[in-house]
Amino acid sequence: MEILVCARRVPDTSENEIQLNSAGNDIERDDLVYSINEPDNYAVEEALQIVAKSGGNVTVATVGTDEDEEILRREMAMGANQGVLLSDDAFNGSDGKGIATVLKGFVQKNKFDLVLTGVQAEDGGAQVGGMLAAMLDYPFASLVNSIEVLDGTKLKISREIEGGNREMSEIDLPCVLSIQTGINEPRYVGMRGIRQVASLEIPTYGASDLGVDTAAVGEAAANVKRDDYFVPVLGKGAEILEGTNEEIADKLIELMKAKGGLQ
Amino acid sequence: MTARIFAYIVHKGGVVDDSTAELFAAAKKIDPAASPTAIVTGSGAELDAVCNSLTASYPEVWKLASDSLAYPNAELVRQALVKVLPAGSLVLLPHNHFGIDLGPGLSVKLNAAFVPDVVGIDGVDGTNLKVIRQEFGGQVSTHVRCNLASGAVINLRPGAFKPADGAAASGKVVDKSAEIGALTAKRRYLTTIAPETGDVDITKEAVLVSVGRGIQEKDNISIAEELAEAMGAVVSCSRPVVDAKWLPKSRQVGSSGQTVKPKIYLACGISGSFQHLAGLKGNPFIVAINKNPKAPIFQVAEVGIVTDMLEFLPELTNRLRAMKQVSV
Repeated sequence: MEILVCARRVPDTSENEIQLNSAGNDIERDDLVYSINEPDNYAVEEALQIVAKSGGNVTVATVGTDEDEEILRREMAMGANQGVLLSDDAFNGSDGKGIATVLKGFVQKNKFDLVLTGVQAEDGGAQVGGMLAAMLDYPFASLVNSIEVLDGTKLKISREIEGGNREMSEIDLPCVLSIQTGINEPRYVGMRGIRQVASLEIPTYGASDLGVDTAAVGEAAANVKRDDYFVPVLGKGAEILEGTNEEIADKLIELMKAKGGLQ
Repeated sequence: MTARIFAYIVHKGGVVDDSTAELFAAAKKIDPAASPTAIVTGSGAELDAVCNSLTASYPEVWKLASDSLAYPNAELVRQALVKVLPAGSLVLLPHNHFGIDLGPGLSVKLNAAFVPDVVGIDGVDGTNLKVIRQEFGGQVSTHVRCNLASGAVINLRPGAFKPADGAAASGKVVDKSAEIGALTAKRRYLTTIAPETGDVDITKEAVLVSVGRGIQEKDNISIAEELAEAMGAVVSCSRPVVDAKWLPKSRQVGSSGQTVKPKIYLACGISGSFQHLAGLKGNPFIVAINKNPKAPIFQVAEVGIVTDMLEFLPELTNRLRAMKQVSV
Protein backbone atom coordinates (compact mmCIF):
# COMPACT_ATOMS: atom_id res chain seq x y z
CA MET A 1 0.00 0.00 0.00
CA GLU A 2 1.30 3.46 -0.91
CA ILE A 3 0.70 5.73 2.07
CA LEU A 4 1.07 9.49 2.37
CA VAL A 5 1.29 11.08 5.82
CA CYS A 6 0.77 14.84 6.03
CA ALA A 7 2.76 16.22 8.94
CA ARG A 8 3.61 19.55 10.52
CA ARG A 9 6.34 21.07 12.64
CA VAL A 10 4.88 22.91 15.63
CA PRO A 11 6.07 24.39 18.92
CA ASP A 12 5.91 21.65 21.51
CA THR A 13 3.45 22.90 24.16
CA SER A 14 4.51 20.25 26.66
CA GLU A 15 8.02 21.72 26.59
CA ASN A 16 7.23 25.43 26.25
CA GLU A 17 5.50 28.24 28.06
CA ILE A 18 3.80 30.03 25.20
CA GLN A 19 4.12 33.83 25.54
CA LEU A 20 3.00 36.72 23.36
CA ASN A 21 5.55 38.82 21.51
CA SER A 22 5.72 42.53 22.36
CA ALA A 23 3.58 43.54 19.37
CA GLY A 24 0.86 41.03 20.32
CA ASN A 25 0.60 39.82 16.73
CA ASP A 26 2.30 36.49 17.26
CA ILE A 27 3.65 34.23 19.96
CA GLU A 28 7.28 34.67 21.02
CA ARG A 29 8.98 32.08 18.83
CA ASP A 30 12.67 32.69 19.51
CA ASP A 31 13.23 30.20 22.31
CA LEU A 32 10.59 27.64 21.44
CA VAL A 33 11.33 23.96 21.12
CA TYR A 34 9.80 22.69 17.87
CA SER A 35 8.94 19.12 17.08
CA ILE A 36 6.62 17.09 14.90
CA ASN A 37 2.97 17.62 15.77
CA GLU A 38 2.28 14.73 18.15
CA PRO A 39 -0.72 13.11 16.39
CA ASP A 40 1.21 13.27 13.08
CA ASN A 41 3.92 11.13 14.66
CA TYR A 42 1.31 8.51 15.58
CA ALA A 43 0.10 8.67 11.96
CA VAL A 44 3.60 7.92 10.66
CA GLU A 45 3.97 5.01 13.10
CA GLU A 46 0.61 3.63 11.96
CA ALA A 47 1.66 3.91 8.31
CA LEU A 48 4.92 2.09 9.06
CA GLN A 49 3.04 -0.73 10.81
CA ILE A 50 0.60 -1.12 7.90
CA VAL A 51 3.45 -1.25 5.38
CA ALA A 52 5.33 -3.78 7.55
CA LYS A 53 2.31 -6.12 7.26
CA SER A 54 0.96 -5.34 3.80
CA GLY A 55 4.00 -4.01 1.92
CA GLY A 56 4.34 -0.65 0.20
CA ASN A 57 5.93 2.70 0.96
CA VAL A 58 5.45 5.59 3.35
CA THR A 59 5.90 9.17 2.15
CA VAL A 60 5.80 12.05 4.63
CA ALA A 61 4.95 15.49 3.25
CA THR A 62 4.79 18.90 4.89
CA VAL A 63 3.75 22.31 3.62
CA GLY A 64 6.32 24.78 4.92
CA THR A 65 9.86 26.07 4.60
CA ASP A 66 13.42 24.72 4.82
CA GLU A 67 13.16 24.82 8.62
CA ASP A 68 10.46 22.16 8.47
CA GLU A 69 12.84 19.65 6.87
CA GLU A 70 13.93 18.55 10.33
CA ILE A 71 10.64 16.78 11.02
CA LEU A 72 10.79 15.05 7.63
CA ARG A 73 14.24 13.72 8.51
CA ARG A 74 13.02 12.63 11.92
CA GLU A 75 10.21 10.62 10.35
CA MET A 76 12.60 9.16 7.77
CA ALA A 77 14.81 8.07 10.66
CA MET A 78 11.70 6.33 12.04
CA GLY A 79 11.42 4.42 8.80
CA ALA A 80 9.50 6.54 6.29
CA ASN A 81 10.80 5.89 2.77
CA GLN A 82 10.64 9.47 1.62
CA GLY A 83 10.20 13.01 2.92
CA VAL A 84 8.82 15.72 0.67
CA LEU A 85 8.73 19.47 1.27
CA LEU A 86 5.93 21.45 -0.39
CA SER A 87 7.21 24.99 -0.37
CA ASP A 88 6.51 28.17 -2.29
CA ASP A 89 6.27 31.84 -1.33
CA ALA A 90 2.77 31.71 -2.79
CA PHE A 91 1.72 29.29 0.01
CA ASN A 92 2.52 31.80 2.79
CA GLY A 93 -0.47 32.88 4.85
CA SER A 94 -2.69 30.05 3.64
CA ASP A 95 -5.68 29.11 5.77
CA GLY A 96 -6.70 25.47 6.26
CA LYS A 97 -8.27 25.35 2.83
CA GLY A 98 -5.10 26.73 1.24
CA ILE A 99 -2.98 24.01 2.90
CA ALA A 100 -5.46 21.34 1.79
CA THR A 101 -5.30 22.72 -1.77
CA VAL A 102 -1.49 22.36 -1.83
CA LEU A 103 -1.71 18.78 -0.50
CA LYS A 104 -4.40 17.96 -3.06
CA GLY A 105 -1.95 19.02 -5.79
CA PHE A 106 0.67 16.64 -4.41
CA VAL A 107 -1.78 13.72 -4.07
CA GLN A 108 -2.97 14.17 -7.64
CA LYS A 109 0.60 14.09 -8.99
CA ASN A 110 1.13 10.72 -7.32
CA LYS A 111 -0.79 7.57 -6.52
CA PHE A 112 -1.61 6.93 -2.88
CA ASP A 113 -3.96 4.29 -1.54
CA LEU A 114 -4.20 5.88 1.85
CA VAL A 115 -3.61 9.42 3.16
CA LEU A 116 -3.13 9.96 6.90
CA THR A 117 -2.99 13.17 8.93
CA GLY A 118 -2.81 13.81 12.65
CA VAL A 119 -6.18 14.56 14.19
CA GLN A 120 -5.22 18.18 14.80
CA ALA A 121 -2.28 20.55 15.12
CA GLU A 122 -1.31 22.56 18.20
CA ASP A 123 -2.30 25.75 16.40
CA GLY A 124 -4.89 24.26 14.06
CA GLY A 125 -8.27 22.73 14.61
CA ALA A 126 -8.78 19.37 12.96
CA GLN A 127 -9.61 20.64 9.50
CA VAL A 128 -7.08 19.90 6.74
CA GLY A 129 -7.69 16.14 6.45
CA GLY A 130 -11.44 16.49 6.04
CA MET A 131 -11.02 19.29 3.50
CA LEU A 132 -8.42 17.32 1.51
CA ALA A 133 -10.73 14.29 1.36
CA ALA A 134 -13.67 16.38 0.13
CA MET A 135 -11.49 18.07 -2.51
CA LEU A 136 -10.35 14.65 -3.77
CA ASP A 137 -13.80 13.05 -3.38
CA TYR A 138 -12.22 10.41 -1.16
CA PRO A 139 -14.08 9.10 1.89
CA PHE A 140 -12.87 10.47 5.22
CA ALA A 141 -12.90 9.52 8.88
CA SER A 142 -11.63 11.60 11.79
CA LEU A 143 -10.37 10.58 15.24
CA VAL A 144 -9.33 7.13 14.01
CA ASN A 145 -7.92 4.92 16.76
CA SER A 146 -7.53 1.59 14.97
CA ILE A 147 -6.98 0.44 11.39
CA GLU A 148 -7.26 -3.07 10.01
CA VAL A 149 -6.52 -3.73 6.35
CA LEU A 150 -9.32 -5.98 5.04
CA ASP A 151 -8.11 -6.32 1.45
CA GLY A 152 -6.74 -4.10 -1.29
CA THR A 153 -10.00 -2.16 -1.54
CA LYS A 154 -11.10 -1.38 2.00
CA LEU A 155 -10.19 -0.94 5.67
CA LYS A 156 -11.98 -1.62 8.92
CA ILE A 157 -11.48 1.33 11.24
CA SER A 158 -12.66 2.60 14.59
CA ARG A 159 -13.26 6.21 15.57
CA GLU A 160 -13.01 7.58 19.09
CA ILE A 161 -16.43 8.95 20.01
CA GLU A 162 -17.81 10.12 23.36
CA GLY A 163 -17.26 8.32 26.65
CA GLY A 164 -14.57 5.94 25.40
CA ASN A 165 -16.93 4.34 22.86
CA ARG A 166 -15.51 3.19 19.53
CA GLU A 167 -17.50 3.62 16.33
CA MET A 168 -16.59 0.83 13.90
CA SER A 169 -16.85 1.38 10.14
CA GLU A 170 -15.69 -0.01 6.85
CA ILE A 171 -14.13 2.51 4.47
CA ASP A 172 -13.18 2.20 0.80
CA LEU A 173 -9.69 2.96 -0.50
CA PRO A 174 -8.36 5.41 -1.39
CA CYS A 175 -9.37 7.39 1.68
CA VAL A 176 -8.14 10.05 4.10
CA LEU A 177 -8.00 9.28 7.83
CA SER A 178 -7.13 11.64 10.68
CA ILE A 179 -5.28 9.73 13.37
CA GLN A 180 -5.90 10.11 17.10
CA THR A 181 -3.05 9.84 19.61
CA GLY A 182 -2.79 6.52 21.44
CA ILE A 183 -3.54 4.41 18.33
CA ASN A 184 -0.09 2.82 18.68
CA GLU A 185 3.23 3.30 20.47
CA PRO A 186 5.49 5.34 18.19
CA ARG A 187 9.00 3.94 18.01
CA TYR A 188 11.90 5.81 19.53
CA VAL A 189 14.18 7.80 17.26
CA GLY A 190 17.75 8.26 18.44
CA MET A 191 20.32 10.81 17.35
CA ARG A 192 22.14 8.07 15.48
CA GLY A 193 19.11 7.36 13.32
CA ILE A 194 18.72 11.04 12.52
CA ARG A 195 22.40 11.32 11.57
CA GLN A 196 21.98 8.45 9.14
CA VAL A 197 19.38 10.36 7.14
CA ALA A 198 21.00 13.77 7.54
CA SER A 199 22.44 13.91 4.05
CA LEU A 200 19.52 12.36 2.15
CA GLU A 201 17.98 14.71 -0.35
CA ILE A 202 14.52 16.07 0.42
CA PRO A 203 12.72 16.90 -2.82
CA THR A 204 10.98 20.28 -2.77
CA TYR A 205 7.95 21.07 -4.90
CA GLY A 206 6.43 24.49 -5.53
CA ALA A 207 3.10 25.63 -6.93
CA SER A 208 3.98 25.03 -10.58
CA ASP A 209 5.37 21.53 -9.86
CA LEU A 210 2.13 20.63 -8.13
CA GLY A 211 -0.20 22.30 -10.61
CA VAL A 212 -1.54 24.50 -7.83
CA ASP A 213 -3.24 27.72 -8.91
CA THR A 214 -1.50 30.42 -6.86
CA ALA A 215 -4.75 32.40 -6.75
CA ALA A 216 -6.32 29.57 -4.70
CA VAL A 217 -3.69 29.56 -1.94
CA GLY A 218 -1.79 32.02 0.26
CA GLU A 219 -2.96 35.01 2.20
CA ALA A 220 -4.97 36.63 -0.58
CA ALA A 221 -7.13 33.51 -1.00
CA ALA A 222 -7.60 32.93 2.73
CA ASN A 223 -11.16 33.41 3.93
CA VAL A 224 -10.08 32.82 7.52
CA LYS A 225 -7.44 35.15 8.96
CA ARG A 226 -5.91 35.58 12.40
CA ASP A 227 -5.91 39.22 13.54
CA ASP A 228 -3.88 38.91 16.74
CA TYR A 229 -2.99 36.80 19.74
CA PHE A 230 -3.99 37.55 23.32
CA VAL A 231 -3.89 35.86 26.69
CA PRO A 232 -7.34 34.66 27.68
CA VAL A 233 -8.83 35.45 31.08
CA LEU A 234 -10.94 32.52 32.20
CA GLY A 235 -12.45 32.36 35.64
CA LYS A 236 -10.89 34.11 38.59
CA GLY A 237 -7.68 32.11 38.61
CA ALA A 238 -6.24 29.93 41.32
CA GLU A 239 -4.94 31.08 44.69
CA ILE A 240 -1.25 30.20 44.39
CA LEU A 241 0.24 28.57 47.50
CA GLU A 242 3.79 29.71 48.26
CA GLY A 243 6.53 28.37 50.49
CA THR A 244 8.62 25.22 50.76
CA ASN A 245 7.04 22.01 49.54
CA GLU A 246 6.55 20.98 53.18
CA GLU A 247 4.80 24.24 54.07
CA ILE A 248 2.63 24.06 50.97
CA ALA A 249 1.74 20.44 51.72
CA ASP A 250 0.53 21.39 55.21
CA LYS A 251 -1.54 24.29 53.86
CA LEU A 252 -3.05 22.09 51.22
CA ILE A 253 -3.97 19.39 53.74
CA GLU A 254 -5.82 21.99 55.83
CA LEU A 255 -7.69 23.23 52.76
CA MET A 256 -8.68 19.73 51.71
CA LYS A 257 -9.82 18.87 55.25
CA ALA A 258 -12.01 21.99 55.24
CA LYS A 259 -13.60 20.77 52.02
CA GLY A 260 -14.39 17.44 53.63
CA GLY A 261 -12.11 15.51 51.33
CA LEU A 262 -9.89 14.04 54.01
CA GLN A 263 -10.89 12.05 57.05
CA MET B 1 -26.37 40.56 7.89
CA THR B 2 -28.38 38.62 5.33
CA ALA B 3 -26.92 35.11 5.45
CA ARG B 4 -29.36 32.55 6.76
CA ILE B 5 -28.11 30.75 9.88
CA PHE B 6 -28.61 27.00 10.24
CA ALA B 7 -27.88 24.97 13.38
CA TYR B 8 -27.23 21.27 12.81
CA ILE B 9 -28.92 19.36 15.63
CA VAL B 10 -27.14 16.34 17.10
CA HIS B 11 -29.56 13.89 18.72
CA LYS B 12 -29.58 10.35 20.05
CA GLY B 13 -32.42 8.13 21.18
CA GLY B 14 -34.96 10.86 20.45
CA VAL B 15 -33.22 13.39 22.71
CA VAL B 16 -31.31 16.46 21.47
CA ASP B 17 -27.70 17.07 22.48
CA ASP B 18 -26.71 19.90 24.87
CA SER B 19 -25.23 21.70 21.85
CA THR B 20 -28.76 22.43 20.57
CA ALA B 21 -29.28 25.38 22.90
CA GLU B 22 -25.62 26.44 22.62
CA LEU B 23 -25.83 26.76 18.83
CA PHE B 24 -28.99 28.84 19.20
CA ALA B 25 -27.21 31.16 21.66
CA ALA B 26 -24.24 31.45 19.28
CA ALA B 27 -26.55 32.34 16.36
CA LYS B 28 -27.96 35.19 18.45
CA LYS B 29 -24.41 36.38 19.20
CA ILE B 30 -23.65 36.45 15.49
CA ASP B 31 -26.82 38.43 14.80
CA PRO B 32 -29.24 39.36 17.60
CA ALA B 33 -32.01 39.65 14.99
CA ALA B 34 -31.27 36.21 13.55
CA SER B 35 -34.03 33.68 13.18
CA PRO B 36 -31.90 30.52 13.18
CA THR B 37 -33.19 27.40 11.50
CA ALA B 38 -32.63 23.97 13.04
CA ILE B 39 -31.66 21.29 10.54
CA VAL B 40 -32.10 17.68 11.61
CA THR B 41 -31.34 14.38 9.92
CA GLY B 42 -32.54 10.94 10.93
CA SER B 43 -35.41 8.56 10.36
CA GLY B 44 -38.74 7.37 11.71
CA ALA B 45 -40.69 8.35 14.80
CA GLU B 46 -37.53 9.26 16.67
CA LEU B 47 -36.76 12.02 14.16
CA ASP B 48 -40.34 13.31 14.33
CA ALA B 49 -40.13 13.50 18.12
CA VAL B 50 -36.88 15.46 17.90
CA CYS B 51 -38.31 17.88 15.32
CA ASN B 52 -41.40 18.51 17.40
CA SER B 53 -39.39 19.19 20.55
CA LEU B 54 -37.22 21.66 18.64
CA THR B 55 -40.19 23.83 17.67
CA ALA B 56 -40.25 25.03 21.27
CA SER B 57 -36.95 26.87 20.76
CA TYR B 58 -36.32 27.20 17.02
CA PRO B 59 -38.73 29.19 14.79
CA GLU B 60 -38.18 26.80 11.90
CA VAL B 61 -37.05 23.18 11.84
CA TRP B 62 -35.93 21.48 8.62
CA LYS B 63 -36.51 17.74 8.72
CA LEU B 64 -34.36 15.50 6.51
CA ALA B 65 -35.68 11.97 6.84
CA SER B 66 -34.15 8.94 5.15
CA ASP B 67 -33.57 5.34 6.19
CA SER B 68 -29.91 5.80 5.25
CA LEU B 69 -29.65 8.64 7.79
CA ALA B 70 -30.83 6.52 10.74
CA TYR B 71 -27.24 6.51 12.01
CA PRO B 72 -25.43 9.88 11.71
CA ASN B 73 -22.69 8.97 9.23
CA ALA B 74 -21.04 12.31 8.41
CA GLU B 75 -20.48 11.34 4.78
CA LEU B 76 -24.20 10.77 4.19
CA VAL B 77 -25.28 13.74 6.29
CA ARG B 78 -22.98 15.95 4.23
CA GLN B 79 -24.55 14.80 0.96
CA ALA B 80 -28.02 15.54 2.32
CA LEU B 81 -27.06 18.99 3.63
CA VAL B 82 -25.36 20.01 0.38
CA LYS B 83 -28.60 19.23 -1.49
CA VAL B 84 -30.84 21.42 0.69
CA LEU B 85 -28.72 24.31 2.01
CA PRO B 86 -29.07 27.60 0.10
CA ALA B 87 -25.88 29.20 -1.27
CA GLY B 88 -24.19 31.52 1.21
CA SER B 89 -25.62 29.81 4.30
CA LEU B 90 -23.94 30.07 7.66
CA VAL B 91 -23.94 26.60 9.24
CA LEU B 92 -23.25 26.02 12.94
CA LEU B 93 -22.01 22.64 14.21
CA PRO B 94 -20.74 21.43 17.58
CA HIS B 95 -16.97 20.82 17.53
CA ASN B 96 -17.33 17.28 18.84
CA HIS B 97 -16.50 13.94 17.20
CA PHE B 98 -19.37 14.44 14.77
CA GLY B 99 -18.70 18.10 13.88
CA ILE B 100 -15.00 17.34 13.37
CA ASP B 101 -16.03 14.57 10.97
CA LEU B 102 -18.56 16.70 9.07
CA GLY B 103 -17.50 20.37 9.14
CA PRO B 104 -14.30 20.58 7.07
CA GLY B 105 -15.63 18.52 4.14
CA LEU B 106 -19.01 20.24 4.25
CA SER B 107 -17.30 23.62 3.90
CA VAL B 108 -15.45 22.40 0.80
CA LYS B 109 -18.63 21.07 -0.82
CA LEU B 110 -20.52 24.32 -0.03
CA ASN B 111 -17.54 26.37 -1.23
CA ALA B 112 -17.78 28.12 2.14
CA ALA B 113 -15.21 29.21 4.71
CA PHE B 114 -14.55 27.00 7.75
CA VAL B 115 -13.56 27.91 11.29
CA PRO B 116 -12.96 25.06 13.76
CA ASP B 117 -13.31 25.02 17.54
CA VAL B 118 -14.69 28.53 18.08
CA VAL B 119 -14.96 29.58 21.76
CA GLY B 120 -16.34 33.12 21.38
CA ILE B 121 -18.16 35.37 18.91
CA ASP B 122 -17.57 39.12 18.66
CA GLY B 123 -20.21 39.78 16.01
CA VAL B 124 -20.19 40.72 12.35
CA ASP B 125 -18.20 43.52 10.74
CA GLY B 126 -19.20 44.05 7.11
CA THR B 127 -18.83 40.64 5.45
CA ASN B 128 -16.56 39.34 8.23
CA LEU B 129 -17.59 37.27 11.20
CA LYS B 130 -15.26 37.94 14.14
CA VAL B 131 -14.64 34.95 16.38
CA ILE B 132 -12.26 33.83 19.11
CA ARG B 133 -10.22 30.62 19.03
CA GLN B 134 -7.61 29.14 21.30
CA GLU B 135 -4.24 27.73 20.30
CA PHE B 136 -1.41 25.82 21.92
CA GLY B 137 -3.52 23.92 24.40
CA GLY B 138 -5.41 27.04 25.48
CA GLN B 139 -2.27 28.95 26.49
CA VAL B 140 -3.09 31.76 24.05
CA SER B 141 -6.22 32.96 22.26
CA THR B 142 -6.63 34.60 18.87
CA HIS B 143 -9.14 36.91 17.22
CA VAL B 144 -10.03 35.39 13.87
CA ARG B 145 -11.89 36.97 10.94
CA CYS B 146 -13.95 34.78 8.67
CA ASN B 147 -15.18 36.06 5.32
CA LEU B 148 -18.89 35.23 4.97
CA ALA B 149 -19.18 36.27 1.31
CA SER B 150 -19.76 32.69 0.14
CA GLY B 151 -21.10 31.31 3.41
CA ALA B 152 -19.34 29.57 6.27
CA VAL B 153 -19.33 26.46 8.41
CA ILE B 154 -18.50 27.33 12.02
CA ASN B 155 -17.69 24.59 14.54
CA LEU B 156 -18.43 25.71 18.11
CA ARG B 157 -16.68 24.28 21.15
CA PRO B 158 -19.14 22.37 23.35
CA GLY B 159 -19.80 24.24 26.60
CA ALA B 160 -18.36 27.55 25.37
CA PHE B 161 -21.73 29.19 24.71
CA LYS B 162 -24.24 29.63 27.52
CA PRO B 163 -27.80 28.82 26.46
CA ALA B 164 -29.98 31.96 26.48
CA ASP B 165 -32.90 32.06 28.90
CA GLY B 166 -36.50 31.96 27.80
CA ALA B 167 -35.85 31.49 24.11
CA ALA B 168 -39.40 30.40 23.46
CA ALA B 169 -40.70 29.90 19.96
CA SER B 170 -43.67 28.17 18.42
CA GLY B 171 -41.82 27.03 15.35
CA LYS B 172 -42.87 24.94 12.41
CA VAL B 173 -41.41 21.77 10.94
CA VAL B 174 -40.59 21.92 7.22
CA ASP B 175 -40.10 18.50 5.62
CA LYS B 176 -37.22 18.72 3.15
CA SER B 177 -36.80 14.94 2.79
CA ALA B 178 -37.93 14.86 -0.85
CA GLU B 179 -35.00 17.07 -1.85
CA ILE B 180 -32.15 14.90 -0.59
CA GLY B 181 -32.39 12.11 -3.20
CA ALA B 182 -30.24 8.99 -3.14
CA LEU B 183 -27.27 8.93 -0.77
CA THR B 184 -24.26 6.63 -1.23
CA ALA B 185 -21.50 6.00 1.26
CA LYS B 186 -17.91 4.91 0.75
CA ARG B 187 -17.73 4.65 4.53
CA ARG B 188 -20.25 2.31 6.13
CA TYR B 189 -21.12 2.25 9.83
CA LEU B 190 -20.91 -1.21 11.39
CA THR B 191 -21.34 -1.02 15.16
CA THR B 192 -20.34 0.80 18.33
CA ILE B 193 -18.11 -0.89 20.90
CA ALA B 194 -18.44 0.17 24.54
CA PRO B 195 -15.23 0.66 26.54
CA GLU B 196 -13.97 -2.09 28.79
CA THR B 197 -14.85 -1.52 32.43
CA GLY B 198 -11.86 -1.05 34.66
CA ASP B 199 -10.79 -2.30 38.07
CA VAL B 200 -12.08 0.87 39.76
CA ASP B 201 -14.94 3.18 38.83
CA ILE B 202 -13.49 6.70 38.94
CA THR B 203 -16.94 8.20 38.30
CA LYS B 204 -18.00 7.27 41.84
CA GLU B 205 -14.94 8.49 43.75
CA ALA B 206 -15.03 11.57 46.01
CA VAL B 207 -11.32 12.30 45.79
CA LEU B 208 -9.20 11.83 42.69
CA VAL B 209 -5.44 12.15 42.35
CA SER B 210 -5.24 12.77 38.63
CA VAL B 211 -1.98 12.66 36.71
CA GLY B 212 -1.04 14.05 33.31
CA ARG B 213 1.97 14.35 31.08
CA GLY B 214 3.98 15.71 34.04
CA ILE B 215 4.24 12.19 35.44
CA GLN B 216 6.92 11.70 32.74
CA GLU B 217 7.32 7.94 32.97
CA LYS B 218 5.45 4.81 33.91
CA ASP B 219 7.50 4.09 37.00
CA ASN B 220 6.35 7.39 38.50
CA ILE B 221 2.71 6.26 38.60
CA SER B 222 3.54 4.69 41.97
CA ILE B 223 4.17 8.21 43.36
CA ALA B 224 0.54 9.09 42.61
CA GLU B 225 -0.71 5.73 43.90
CA GLU B 226 1.04 6.20 47.22
CA LEU B 227 -0.49 9.65 47.63
CA ALA B 228 -3.92 8.33 46.68
CA GLU B 229 -3.60 5.59 49.29
CA ALA B 230 -2.64 8.11 51.97
CA MET B 231 -5.65 10.26 51.04
CA GLY B 232 -8.19 7.47 50.64
CA ALA B 233 -8.44 8.43 46.99
CA VAL B 234 -7.87 6.70 43.64
CA VAL B 235 -5.69 7.62 40.69
CA SER B 236 -7.20 8.97 37.49
CA CYS B 237 -5.42 10.61 34.56
CA SER B 238 -5.53 12.73 31.43
CA ARG B 239 -5.21 11.53 27.87
CA PRO B 240 -1.40 11.46 27.37
CA VAL B 241 -1.05 8.93 30.20
CA VAL B 242 -3.50 6.57 28.48
CA ASP B 243 -1.89 7.19 25.08
CA ALA B 244 1.42 6.07 26.60
CA LYS B 245 -0.35 2.95 28.02
CA TRP B 246 0.73 3.80 31.58
CA LEU B 247 -2.86 3.59 32.87
CA PRO B 248 -5.96 1.94 31.35
CA LYS B 249 -8.57 3.93 29.41
CA SER B 250 -11.06 3.43 32.25
CA ARG B 251 -8.97 5.82 34.37
CA GLN B 252 -9.13 8.69 31.83
CA VAL B 253 -11.07 11.86 32.69
CA GLY B 254 -12.34 13.83 29.70
CA SER B 255 -14.75 13.98 26.79
CA SER B 256 -13.27 10.86 25.25
CA GLY B 257 -12.96 9.16 28.64
CA GLN B 258 -15.03 9.27 31.84
CA THR B 259 -17.13 12.07 33.27
CA VAL B 260 -16.32 12.37 36.98
CA LYS B 261 -17.86 14.42 39.80
CA PRO B 262 -15.49 14.25 42.77
CA LYS B 263 -15.45 16.63 45.74
CA ILE B 264 -11.71 17.14 45.41
CA TYR B 265 -9.65 16.88 42.25
CA LEU B 266 -5.85 17.03 42.42
CA ALA B 267 -4.70 17.81 38.88
CA CYS B 268 -1.02 16.85 38.89
CA GLY B 269 1.02 17.72 35.81
CA ILE B 270 -2.19 18.22 33.83
CA SER B 271 -2.30 21.29 31.55
CA GLY B 272 -6.10 21.45 31.51
CA SER B 273 -7.22 21.12 27.90
CA PHE B 274 -10.93 21.71 27.33
CA GLN B 275 -11.37 18.06 26.40
CA HIS B 276 -10.05 17.12 29.83
CA LEU B 277 -12.10 19.73 31.71
CA ALA B 278 -15.23 18.59 29.87
CA GLY B 279 -15.05 15.39 31.91
CA LEU B 280 -15.00 17.24 35.23
CA LYS B 281 -18.51 17.98 36.57
CA GLY B 282 -20.16 18.92 39.84
CA ASN B 283 -17.95 21.92 40.64
CA PRO B 284 -15.16 20.09 42.49
CA PHE B 285 -12.44 21.76 44.57
CA ILE B 286 -9.62 21.68 41.99
CA VAL B 287 -6.00 21.78 43.09
CA ALA B 288 -3.58 22.37 40.20
CA ILE B 289 0.02 21.21 40.58
CA ASN B 290 2.06 22.12 37.52
CA LYS B 291 5.50 23.58 36.87
CA ASN B 292 4.23 25.67 33.93
CA PRO B 293 2.56 28.76 35.46
CA LYS B 294 0.88 29.43 32.07
CA ALA B 295 -0.97 26.10 32.09
CA PRO B 296 -4.72 26.74 31.60
CA ILE B 297 -5.53 24.50 34.58
CA PHE B 298 -4.54 27.39 36.89
CA GLN B 299 -7.41 29.46 35.50
CA VAL B 300 -10.05 26.98 36.59
CA ALA B 301 -8.44 25.67 39.79
CA GLU B 302 -9.26 26.98 43.29
CA VAL B 303 -5.72 26.45 44.48
CA GLY B 304 -2.52 26.32 42.47
CA ILE B 305 0.97 25.09 43.26
CA VAL B 306 3.69 25.99 40.75
CA THR B 307 6.16 23.19 41.24
CA ASP B 308 7.33 19.86 39.90
CA MET B 309 4.70 17.30 40.86
CA LEU B 310 7.36 14.59 41.09
CA GLU B 311 8.94 16.44 44.02
CA PHE B 312 5.77 17.74 45.62
CA LEU B 313 3.61 14.61 45.65
CA PRO B 314 5.99 12.51 47.80
CA GLU B 315 6.22 15.42 50.27
CA LEU B 316 2.44 15.61 50.50
CA THR B 317 2.29 11.84 51.03
CA ASN B 318 4.85 12.08 53.84
CA ARG B 319 2.97 14.87 55.61
CA LEU B 320 -0.31 12.94 55.40
CA ARG B 321 1.31 9.79 56.80
CA ALA B 322 2.97 11.75 59.60
CA MET B 323 -0.38 13.26 60.62
CA LYS B 324 -2.07 9.88 60.68
CA GLN B 325 0.57 8.53 63.04
CA VAL B 326 0.08 11.49 65.37
CA SER B 327 -3.70 11.08 65.46
CA VAL B 328 -3.46 7.31 66.09
